[in-house]
Amino acid sequence: MSTFVSVPSRGGRSAAASRVRGNGSLAWLAVPALVVFLIFAVIPLIGVLLLSFTTWDGLGPDISFSGLTSWKSVLSDPGLPHALWVTFLIMALSWLVQTPASILIGVFLAGRQRYRELLAVLYFIPLLLSSAAIAITYKALLDPNFGLGAGLGLDFLVQDWLGEGSLAVGVVIFIVSWQYIPFHSLLYQGGVRQIPRSMYEAAELDGAGRVRQFFSITLPQLKYTIITSSTLMVVGSLTLFDLIFVLTAGGPGDATRVLAVDMYKRGYNANLMGPASAIAVILVLVGLALALFLRRLGGRDSSASQLEGA
Amino acid sequence: MGLPLGAALAACGTSGPGTTGGGGQGGSGGAKASYWFLSTEPQEGVRRRTAERFNQANPDGQIEFTTFQNDAFKTKIKTAIGAGEAPTIIWGWGGGGLRSYVQAGQVEDLTSWFDENQAVKDALFPSSFGAATVDGKIYAMPCETMQPIVLYYDKRAFDKIGAQPPESWGDIMDLVPKFNAAGIAPFSLGGQSRWTNMMWLEFLFDRLGGPEVFQAVFDAEKDAWSHPDSIKALTMMQDLIKADGFIKGFSSVTADSNADQALLYTGKAAMMLHGGWTYGSMKQDGGDFVSGGNLGYMNFPPIDGGKGDPGNTVGNPGQYMSISSKATPEQKEIAKKFFATELISDTSAKEWVETGAVPVIKGSEKHFGNSEDADFLNFVVGIANNAQVFQQSWDQALSPTAAEVLLDNIAKLFQLSIGPEDFASNMNAVIGK
Repeated sequence: MSTFVSVPSRGGRSAAASRVRGNGSLAWLAVPALVVFLIFAVIPLIGVLLLSFTTWDGLGPDISFSGLTSWKSVLSDPGLPHALWVTFLIMALSWLVQTPASILIGVFLAGRQRYRELLAVLYFIPLLLSSAAIAITYKALLDPNFGLGAGLGLDFLVQDWLGEGSLAVGVVIFIVSWQYIPFHSLLYQGGVRQIPRSMYEAAELDGAGRVRQFFSITLPQLKYTIITSSTLMVVGSLTLFDLIFVLTAGGPGDATRVLAVDMYKRGYNANLMGPASAIAVILVLVGLALALFLRRLGGRDSSASQLEGA
Repeated sequence: MGLPLGAALAACGTSGPGTTGGGGQGGSGGAKASYWFLSTEPQEGVRRRTAERFNQANPDGQIEFTTFQNDAFKTKIKTAIGAGEAPTIIWGWGGGGLRSYVQAGQVEDLTSWFDENQAVKDALFPSSFGAATVDGKIYAMPCETMQPIVLYYDKRAFDKIGAQPPESWGDIMDLVPKFNAAGIAPFSLGGQSRWTNMMWLEFLFDRLGGPEVFQAVFDAEKDAWSHPDSIKALTMMQDLIKADGFIKGFSSVTADSNADQALLYTGKAAMMLHGGWTYGSMKQDGGDFVSGGNLGYMNFPPIDGGKGDPGNTVGNPGQYMSISSKATPEQKEIAKKFFATELISDTSAKEWVETGAVPVIKGSEKHFGNSEDADFLNFVVGIANNAQVFQQSWDQALSPTAAEVLLDNIAKLFQLSIGPEDFASNMNAVIGK
């Protein structure tokens, strides 16, 4: 978008008047997006910020201002560091699983062979399913008494998958990866296809093998795709809610209680809208900080953004 | 977008009275009262047919109903009430949840209506009004059935190991290794639902220390959870868990899917502590488990040296319907008419009895005779009549805020990730909140 708007401004100073008019009409184009953003993002955000300084049970009309009470109760609650820890653990581990797998599958699918196109369609299937449906299905499959393991008589599958803390975290990471690797593979496939063929031809002339080509050309050229994909993964796992809520409801105990689930439980189960809003604000701040950090990693050269496959 | 839709609705509304014409007194035509309820069968069918019968008898004052799953309903109804979009009839469990609606001014005070309609009040068991009453005023109509928590067992499993049903807590602890050795889990438990675990603590607290221990929590006495009997009950609970008293993987089993009941009727578990309502669903889903006489049931056994009366019970003294204060006068009239007529009709009572449960409507015993569940129904009536105390489920009795902390800590207690002392101090922190 930034490049789009900046094009006319480069047009020289000779036609200042037309430039102003041009800019004006272009700015109008942004109005629909801005209005939507204002109504569905900025205003609710301000609302949540205000709510975090109040006491409200979510039921009645009386919302009373209570200063920092909600913030104090949230920040002094040992549940918060635990929820943050679980959130970052799932974020880091699912990134570690998804990124290498997505890059490899993406590079593989970038080939033009027919069978690869077919596989690409098959790989894409998990992305078509809703998280709630996936969670319910996995829950049934992993049931230690009536699930896949018990049904097929495979003892190694008969584990207390969702009833034991560390196993449950592992299951969540596995399902998230299973669900989203297809999407990130698609990003990488697009990224790889944009790398000029001439680079590979030059490398072949220099005698570089397949592996060397991958590490010296493909991976560096995918830098911006990696950043885009990582941003989506990190912000996505920050707001990961539906899958966990249906699968474990944050359990067993609080083993998979990520920030988003913690927020929901406080707000809607315990009728504490103030503290729930405080957690929502924390979520927004953490998300913004992470997104900014990842943008920094990519440098500020916005002209390179053409390689961002998304 | 909103405007044309609103206009269309208004048009519908005005065309209503026109078609019914020459209306009598009361309900203005076209008005509809909304009513949301839980979807699990066989109860769903009774609720639906009750509303349908009312609609047939009252063409100019209809009830529109929508069904929800248990846990989804609990959230949905709160959100809807908070947003001012509550259904006319608010279905619930009374107690602390009802109190929070009352404090928010969201439900009608029905005290004077009950005074004017003494016949309605007299048709119901007096014990069912406790959880409908907040600060001396009645805010809900008791309805449906009384649901004590019952200890169910599979007679086939007991035959297999040659043992008798437990008569004391000591018997339970002795049975655990025997069942485990036979490859049968001693107890089924839907631990992910959390309130399922809570039923165990409710009985242990009562049998060990009597109803006073939880009453002190309810009355917001300081450090009530640190009572010696409370700590002892929590310790005994963890002892049973450590002895593998529950089915492997109980923390991932949910009650909403009835998987815990399936464990019992498929012979994977020998016993199950669960609500009276599961009798009906096991009868429906369990093949010949119930009809073949394999299901046994009893009240929770006493604990040696315990102070509680072994006749006491816990559970839901009834279900409750309140009227939204945001509803229109016409909608409120329809709801009250529903309360006074079809909800307590003889047909409704008969249909509830057919699900294997005892209605809160007096005189339902006359329907037991021709029911194949007469034994179970008489057992439930016996429990209700003999109980000195019918303790309402803790999570329904306490405020939603305290209930959420309670359920959370119960889940951790059952995971063995916190001990009895941690549990008590975590819970003491939310007493009175």
